Amino acid sequence: MAETARNFLGSYVSDERLTTVQYPEERDKLPEATRQFPFLVFDGNDPMAGLRCVACQICEKECPPKCIYIEKSKDKKPDYVGKPQIYPARFDIDLSVCMSCQICVEVCPFEAIKMDTEYELSTSDRFGGLLVDKHQLAKPNSHFHEIHPTDANEVDERLAVEKAKFEAKAKADAEAKAKAAAEAKAKAASSQTPATSA
Amino acid sequence: MSAIAEMPPKNYELIAKDDDGELLEVSMGPHHPSTHGVFRMDVVLDGERIVKLKPVFGYLHRNHEKIGEGTTYLASMPYTDRLDYFCSLTNNWAYALSVEKLAGLQVPERAEYIRVITAELTRLQNHACLMGFLVQDMGASGTPLMYAFREREKILDLFESLTGARMMCNYMRFGGCRVDLPAGWLATAQKVVDEFPKFIDEFENLLAGNEILMARTQNIGVMHRELAINTGITGPMLRAAGVNYDLRKVDHYGIYDRFQFRVPLGDHGDTYDRYMIRVLEMRESVKILEQALKGIPAGPIIDPKAKLRGFRPKAGEAYGRIEAPKGELGFYLISDGSPNPYRYRVRPPSFINLTILEDMCLGQLIADVVIILGSVDIVLGEVDR
Repeated sequence: MAETARNFLGSYVSDERLTTVQYPEERDKLPEATRQFPFLVFDGNDPMAGLRCVACQICEKECPPKCIYIEKSKDKKPDYVGKPQIYPARFDIDLSVCMSCQICVEVCPFEAIKMDTEYELSTSDRFGGLLVDKHQLAKPNSHFHEIHPTDANEVDERLAVEKAKFEAKAKADAEAKAKAAAEAKAKAASSQTPATSA
Repeated sequence: MSAIAEMPPKNYELIAKDDDGELLEVSMGPHHPSTHGVFRMDVVLDGERIVKLKPVFGYLHRNHEKIGEGTTYLASMPYTDRLDYFCSLTNNWAYALSVEKLAGLQVPERAEYIRVITAELTRLQNHACLMGFLVQDMGASGTPLMYAFREREKILDLFESLTGARMMCNYMRFGGCRVDLPAGWLATAQKVVDEFPKFIDEFENLLAGNEILMARTQNIGVMHRELAINTGITGPMLRAAGVNYDLRKVDHYGIYDRFQFRVPLGDHGDTYDRYMIRVLEMRESVKILEQALKGIPAGPIIDPKAKLRGFRPKAGEAYGRIEAPKGELGFYLISDGSPNPYRYRVRPPSFINLTILEDMCLGQLIADVVIILGSVDIVLGEVDR
């Protein structure tokens, strides 16, 4: 009885016990690790041009409830480092099947799919309304920074390193090519010179 | 139609031993609010006494083991969360342990500590809720259960900030854990652990020595130790019958040999012992948590040899088991070298602990069946799989 009375009174005075939140008006702050459903990250301003996804279909294969559906494109478009890549002609996720396990995020080698924190997803159409396509899934990198700042900074650093590496390699390749071309030219020239002198 | 006609005849007669009445067959469930899930008991009553009890389950069957054989090793991990949905982290650990045995992965020190901390927090919240439910089954509707849920909330908040989900954590990976602890997590966990004994004291003040609790649990649903051993009962149920068998002490899986804790044992094997054993186990868990939170080192959290994509353990078999809050939880895996396990089998503690239900209930009042079932501590997600 004494315990009950203490708890009853405590629930009115102690600050940490006053946990009720007037939901639609005010919301609890979500922890950074929160995960709801996946979204596709894009760089730049054009969602479809900037999609990081290269339609490798690893997430489709690894997804435990098999809620991802991907169709590869026939042509290629340049990705964030400028390499031409296949892109998803179709990328659908059935949110009514998805179980928010984050496996797709972990297996993605291109940092293209991340977890969103949006939880107000109710719809009046339970079949079409929860089957979202790539246009609805695409969200900018700034959104990723907003919801998972620590993660997003790490990812950006990793991508920047990769991009620098790629650019350095491309530059080295171009230099090597130019050098080779110059050498070939020089060789051709030098092989020509004796001929003319002779 | 024909299936019903071909069912074997029942091996009891609906005639009472004395002449002044008939036996009554009652189907309790599957939506009985006190049966802890979608579970049905076919009981035959003589007056109010149980003459026969047949557990009927499978309403929540979701093909877990067959799905496990059809998906990759990693993709089974989130499904293990849904076995015993109160204790997803211990389920993760048991599965990760058996895959680590299969693939020969070494778990780094820090990951082992994180596993112990999360598993013991899981045990705390499971036992707290179980006590709440048990007391609610006796008619104390609400108050003790809500106290237990209040404490569970704090632990679930810890899980949420670490894993991103409150119940379906999907946190452990083969060879370690998925993410490192966020900043300030250990301090928050320390605070929760420090405050937890206060809750246990409060709960005991509220209930221990309560006349109704005593009357309804002492000498009710007695399970003798011979029967418990012979039927393969594990966990708090077995220890309440007085058998000193705790996998944390027997197997020393993970790093449990480093911690000082004792294994509480019961005397009579009745419902009261099964209730008290959980109180005492929570106190021991708090001790383990205090030591683990003090001793957690810095370092990597996953074996560098562990692969996320294209994980194919070499052909072989492995059985990994841990002391889950409900008993021995084991995963048996056979690998044929492909990305999927050839055979995936779960040894669920609640299912095997449930097999003894009839023996405990015979001769008891029908009102006590609900309490005896509550003290077994089942979760139907695990029983039916």
